[in-house]
Amino acid sequence: MLLFVLFLAFVQIGLFSVGGGYAAIPLIQEQIVNINEIMSLEEFSDLVTVAEMTPGPILINAATFVGMQVGGIPGVILCSVGCVIPSFCICLILAHFYYKYRTVKGVQKVLSAMRPAVVALIASAGLSILLLGLFGTGVRDIVVSNIKYVELGIFAVAMFIIRKYKVNAIAIILGSGVVGTLIYAVMGMI
Amino acid sequence: MKKDYSKLWTLFRSMFMLSACTFGGGFVIVSLMKKKFVEELKWIEEDEMLDVTAITQSAPGPLVVNASVIVGYRIAGVIGSLVAVLGTILPPMIIISIISLFYEQFRTNPYIATALQVMRVGVAAVILDVVLNLAGNVIKTKRVLYIVMMIVAFLAAFVFDISAMAIVGVCLVIGIVDVVVTYGRKKKEVA
Repeated sequence: MLLFVLFLAFVQIGLFSVGGGYAAIPLIQEQIVNINEIMSLEEFSDLVTVAEMTPGPILINAATFVGMQVGGIPGVILCSVGCVIPSFCICLILAHFYYKYRTVKGVQKVLSAMRPAVVALIASAGLSILLLGLFGTGVRDIVVSNIKYVELGIFAVAMFIIRKYKVNAIAIILGSGVVGTLIYAVMGMI
Repeated sequence: MKKDYSKLWTLFRSMFMLSACTFGGGFVIVSLMKKKFVEELKWIEEDEMLDVTAITQSAPGPLVVNASVIVGYRIAGVIGSLVAVLGTILPPMIIISIISLFYEQFRTNPYIATALQVMRVGVAAVILDVVLNLAGNVIKTKRVLYIVMMIVAFLAAFVFDISAMAIVGVCLVIGIVDVVVTYGRKKKEVA
């Protein structure tokens, strides 16, 4: 029964987490900590930390974490599926209309006005994560002398390789993780 | 739109790998999807990927999930959407399920912390590569309006922390005004 309540809670969270990512956190907190009292606030903040450290959308991470605590694997499946059902349905409808009307001239023009914004948003996300990697802090708290030289070196090499040789993106990401950890380990800094 | 079920396995595998290896937000994974589906597999066009990203802003839920629903739909209809979403949500489900059993050890392990920290610059390199190509193409349109919109949108997002949804929304309005104005002008010329 609790699982069914949770399932509904995550359907709601999925439906109302407009703006993605961090917009979902207060919603999850409301449902999980305040309304259904499944976790304490402390456990919840642990959950956010882990969700940030692992790949994947924070919403799915949270749903999986809560589902596992409450009902094991069935709980994981119910909660994760619950939180994607609303966006799945809405996006199917959007996809249908997009592919139906995207060749209409006026629609095409409106769409091309949104493309520069998307490029800008990707650029902003990329720069934020770069600064986080190089300085370990957000944009607001950067101290230039705190730059991490290992990360700077790896970034330069990764950038060179990807521009010059068109290497697989995942190989670049995993490669920088492995090489960086090795360097830190050899330097005795871990 | 032709549906191609033979692509389902590749679609699943691609989304699974991207989702498993990508840290940090929806726009990060969208740039990887662009690399995979536009550059590598050539299944969709670059403009289409940007449109899809813009459209995801009008739906609730994680950007990646939304984008994979639409790309999946394009490749193989509703079945394609299901397969793509499954590929997207399985990795975090598996990873978090395992970690939740011993997350204290995970959170405090220095090797994991270091690897995750360094991986960020790898992710940044991949995104900036994509951004350089995309921004180049916007500049190639030679429309001052679009170039200015790109710069202003960047400042709005990066410097002023304005939400992605608001930025895309404003550009949508500008786009509609642009169409109305052009249409009005043509009408006048005819008259």
